[in-house]
Amino acid sequence: MKRIAVPVLAVLTSVGLVASLWGVFVTTPLADVLFFNQKIFYFHVAHAFMLFASVFACAVCSAVYLKTRNPRWDDVALATAEVAVVLGAAVLITGMIWAKAAWDVWWKWEKRLTMSLLLWLTLVGYVMVRRFAGAGGERLAAALAVFAAVALPFIYTMVDQGDLHPQAGARGNVATLGPAMRGTFWLAVATFLGWTSLLVTARVASARAERRAAELRERALDAGLLGES
Amino acid sequence: MGMLAHLRAIAAKDLRVERRSREVVATMAFFAALLVIVMAIGFDHERRFARTATPGLLWAAIAFAGTIGLGRAFDREREGDTMRALLLSPASRLGIFLGKAATIAILVFGVAAVCAPLTGLLLSVDLFVHPGYLAATLALGAIGVAVVGTVFAASLLKVRARDVLLPIVLYPLLIPLFVAGNRATGALLADPAQLDVARYWLGFLAVYDAVFLVVSLWLFESVVIE
Repeated sequence: MKRIAVPVLAVLTSVGLVASLWGVFVTTPLADVLFFNQKIFYFHVAHAFMLFASVFACAVCSAVYLKTRNPRWDDVALATAEVAVVLGAAVLITGMIWAKAAWDVWWKWEKRLTMSLLLWLTLVGYVMVRRFAGAGGERLAAALAVFAAVALPFIYTMVDQGDLHPQAGARGNVATLGPAMRGTFWLAVATFLGWTSLLVTARVASARAERRAAELRERALDAGLLGES
Repeated sequence: MGMLAHLRAIAAKDLRVERRSREVVATMAFFAALLVIVMAIGFDHERRFARTATPGLLWAAIAFAGTIGLGRAFDREREGDTMRALLLSPASRLGIFLGKAATIAILVFGVAAVCAPLTGLLLSVDLFVHPGYLAATLALGAIGVAVVGTVFAASLLKVRARDVLLPIVLYPLLIPLFVAGNRATGALLADPAQLDVARYWLGFLAVYDAVFLVVSLWLFESVVIE
């Protein structure tokens, strides 16, 4: 199943990327206020959706891992966290470019910006724990992921700078977009969903391979097939 | 023994050790005082920012001193390898967690109680117009730091690079708490004091503490047990 699904998804994602780039630069009209600057919206919002999806997946897998201690969940949590760091960097950078164009500042301490930044910082912390803590770090990192999900609503309510950020979601900007814009937007979301799934799948596979290699080494050492080196 | 008895026994043991050695309280409070002084020197130039800088300064000192204290409090268990003994004992894990967290909360609150007058003194700001509100803010802040900090400090006992990893994992999670503490303290310092604003942020802190306490109780056992 996976042997077919992954290449098919990869092909679909590549086609989607080309098509969404075509949509962004050719078929969609210029926006009313921001003109050409609004083009970054298609990728920025798509990345933000994927960021929150990956963080949610990471928190859920971490919680399940802590309760069941099945390392397969931990592999998925690690993969989604690492992918989320990349996605978060993309969200923050594209967001800052857009903020400079729309508000004429690179950064504002506004709800969604603060939330994305703190989320991203927590994820970087997660990856650092996984890199540097050694054995035992995976449980700590899992707790961190769960706590990060719990902290999100607090971060959202603590920021009292008004919601300057354009609303995405069903009742926000997306609903008011013209049909060409809306089509391109959802195509971009689908494309990056495919891209994120591919990255996570690849990372999970490599994490499993790493663990299997370590287990085999242990067994070989126990059997006396490998010298202590 | 019930969970509350375990809580009391562990907290009493830790506080007795602390009363005899004064290691954590002394180093933590002195470190926090130094931080306040360093930052006051930086901010008090021309005394224009004193009032606005005071809450941030106080809470930054609590944050830094809190992580130092957390690290030290658990290092003591690690050096004697007594954490394992505690976990092997028939005491309930939740009792152990609550006992540890209670000790840390008392220590952090003690440090805050040292820092607050010092900050007020050095910046010539009267922090104690509403002492009850200030004490409640600091206490709720100390509880939050202790609850979240205990989970991570306990699970960092076994891993490498723990000194630097503790603040790295703790600060992003504690930022809502620091912001709320800051806002509450700032509202108390305003002239006239905005008590309704302070009450809102006190409520925020209480909800934060309660939610993280529940999650910590749920996670503590699976995080510390190998």
